Amino acid sequence: MRALGSGGTALPGLVVERVQRDAVSQLAQGLAATALITGTNGKTTTAAMLARILRADGRGVVHNRSGSNLMRGVAGALVEAATPLGKLPADCTAVLEADEAALPAIAEAAPPDVVVFTNLMRDQLDRYGEIESIALRWSEALSGFPRDASIALNVDDPLIASLAAHWSGACLRFGIEDPNVPPAPAGEITDAIWDPQTQDEFRYSRRYFAQLGRWHTESGAERPSPDLSADEVSHGGGSIDFTLRLPETSVRITLPAEGLYSVYNALAAAAAATALGISADTIRGGLESHEAAFGRQEEVVVEGRRVRILLGKNPSGMNQALRTLQRPGERHHLLILLNDGIADGTDVSWIWDVDWESQAAHCLSLTIGGRRAADMALRLEYAGFPRPRAAITNDVGAALSSALELVPESESLVILPTYTAMLDVRQRLGGMGASRLWDVAR
Amino acid sequence: MTSSERPGLNVAVLYPDLLNLYGDRGNARAIERRCAAREIDVSVTGVDIGDDWSTDQADIVLVGGGQDREQRRVQADLQRRGDDLREYVDDNGVVLAVCGGFQLFGHHYRGWDGEIMEGIGIFDAVAAHPGPKIARCVGNVVALWEGETVVGFENHGGRTYLNEGQEALAEVVSGFGNNGGDGLEGAKVKNAYGTYLHGAVLPKNPLLADRLISLAMTRRYGPEAAELSPLDDSAALRAHAEALHAALSATESALGRRFA
Ligand SMILES: [Zn+2]
Repeated sequence: MRALGSGGTALPGLVVERVQRDAVSQLAQGLAATALITGTNGKTTTAAMLARILRADGRGVVHNRSGSNLMRGVAGALVEAATPLGKLPADCTAVLEADEAALPAIAEAAPPDVVVFTNLMRDQLDRYGEIESIALRWSEALSGFPRDASIALNVDDPLIASLAAHWSGACLRFGIEDPNVPPAPAGEITDAIWDPQTQDEFRYSRRYFAQLGRWHTESGAERPSPDLSADEVSHGGGSIDFTLRLPETSVRITLPAEGLYSVYNALAAAAAATALGISADTIRGGLESHEAAFGRQEEVVVEGRRVRILLGKNPSGMNQALRTLQRPGERHHLLILLNDGIADGTDVSWIWDVDWESQAAHCLSLTIGGRRAADMALRLEYAGFPRPRAAITNDVGAALSSALELVPESESLVILPTYTAMLDVRQRLGGMGASRLWDVAR
Repeated sequence: MTSSERPGLNVAVLYPDLLNLYGDRGNARAIERRCAAREIDVSVTGVDIGDDWSTDQADIVLVGGGQDREQRRVQADLQRRGDDLREYVDDNGVVLAVCGGFQLFGHHYRGWDGEIMEGIGIFDAVAAHPGPKIARCVGNVVALWEGETVVGFENHGGRTYLNEGQEALAEVVSGFGNNGGDGLEGAKVKNAYGTYLHGAVLPKNPLLADRLISLAMTRRYGPEAAELSPLDDSAALRAHAEALHAALSATESALGRRFA
C-alpha cells in the first residue's frame, strides 16, 4: 500500500486508476465519516475550514493536499494516514476536496456522509467541456450517494440550487441573507445566464458576484430560502464579521479572511459541520481559528516587506481577488503572474474576461511575469495600467525580484498568481527567508 | 475625408452576453483601441435577442463563441437576421465570426446530442460535433494567413468542413483548425471572416485586426481610407511571439513523445 504514491507510475494508466480506486474504497471503510467538497472555487479553503472545525471538536482528520483532488490525491491522502497494515486511526473523518469531474468516482469509492457543492463556474473548460455537462454529471452522481448522506448546497448559485431536485435525502441549503451586501459591478462576467431545464433567464434582485445572488426566473423558480445563512456582514481590517444563522441558533463570527467569497467558504464548511452533528460554538471556534490556506490570501514578510498572495485562476475568482484590493484611496504594488500549465488551464484567454480596468487606478507599481507574461502585459495595457518599469519576463523568480525592488521597505506587495505560478512564487519566497509562511500575525 | 470631420465606424457585437466565451470581448476592444489611436471614432453596439437592429449602419459585425446551449439559444433570432446579414456580406460588409459564431454563420451545426442548429449559410460550410465521447479540439494554434502567422487558442467540440469552392481563412501550422484533418482554419467570403481562434484573436494579431478595420474604412470612405497609420505594436507582437512559442513547443513535445 505504501508504495502506491511513488512506485505506481510505472503501471499502465488504467491499472493505476483501478489500484487507486480500490485503495480508496478499502481504506474508506475504516473512516468514522467522510465529507466531500466539490465546486469550481473555494474547495481548498472550505476543506481547510471544515478540518479546523472537526479538530476543534476533537476529531481526527485526514485530508488531501490542496489541488490533489483527483482519485490519485484522495488515495494518497488515505494511504499516507494509514498504518503500515492499512488501517486508519480510529474516529478519523476524511475531508476530501473532489475535482468537479472526478466527484462521481470519488463518491463511489468513498461513500460520503456529506457532500458540499460550492459553486459552478467557468474554470479550465479545456479540461471539462462545458458547465452544463458537469451539472448533468453531478445530478446523475447524486443517485449513487448513500441514501442517508446529506448534501449541502450553495443556493445563491442557481446551478447548484437546482441539484436539490435530484436528491430525496437530507439537504442543507446555504446562502447570504444580508440585504446590504454591495452588488456586483454591471458587466461583470457571469457563467449561468439561464436555467438549463426551463431555458428561463436568471434574473436577480441582488447579485453579489458572478452568478451568485438572490435569483429568480420568470416561470416562478426562485432562490430557495436557506437553512444556514450569513447576515449582517461587515468588513474590517483583515477580517469579516457576520452572523451565522444555523437551523437552531445564531452565532456571531469574526472570520480572519477577506472578501465575500470567504463568507461562502465559511458557510459551506459550517453546513458540512452541521450535517456531521457539530455544535454552533465549535463551528465558531473552528472558523475563527482559520488560517489562510496554501496561497489563498496568504501573507508573509520578506526583507521587511509584507507580501500578500491572492490566487486567481479564473475570471470570477480573479474579479473577487481584485475587489478585495479596491478600497477607496488604496493603491498597491502588484506582481501579476500568468502561467499556462495544465493546472492553470492552458488557455489564457480568460484574462480578457477579468475586470482589470477597475484595478488600474489602484496600481502603484506593476510587474508582470510567468509563462504567458506577454499576454498579460498586453491585456493590462488595454486596461490602462501604467507600463511596467521592469522588463516583462517569463521567469517567476526574476519577476519577483524586480517587483520587490519597487516596494519600499514597510510597504507591501500584492501577488496575483495563477495556480502553478503560486506554487512557484511561494517556494521562492520560502527560499528568500520568508519564514513563518503559515502564521504571520495579521 | 476632411480633417475637420473625424471618420467613424460602427461595430456591432451580436449577442454579447451569450456568445462571449474565452475572452472574445477582447476583439471589440482591439478594434476600438486601434481606431482610437488613429482618430477614428468607434461606437460599439451590443445586439441581443429580440433587439430591433439591422446592418444598415454597421461597418464591422462581431460574433463570438458560446457553449452549445448558448448557440441553441440564439439560433432562432439569428435566423430572423439571416437575409439582412447575407445582404450585408454581399455588399462587402465586414464580419468576424469566432468559434460558435463561425459555426452558426455556416449552413448548420449538429450538436453533440445530434440536434441540428440552423445557421445562416454565409460560409459554405457545415459543422458537426462527433459526440460526447470524442475529444474536443483544444490548444494553442498557429496558422498561416496570407504568409503571416496568426495565433490563438482553440476549444471546440464541433468540427467544420468547408464545401468545395469555399475558401479557408488560413492554413494550420500547429493545432487542429477546422476539423483536425484537412489542415484548414476558418473560412472567408468577401469581407466575412470565420475562425475558431480565441485568445482573444484580434489583440495579439494586429495585422488581422487592421485588415478588418481597413476593409471597413474602404467600404465606408473609399479606397483612399484603406491605409492605416502604423502603431506601436510592441506589446501585441510580444504576446504574438509568446503564443507562437507556446503552440510550437507543445507540438515539439508531442512529436518528441511520439518518436521517443
Ligand atoms: Zn471555441
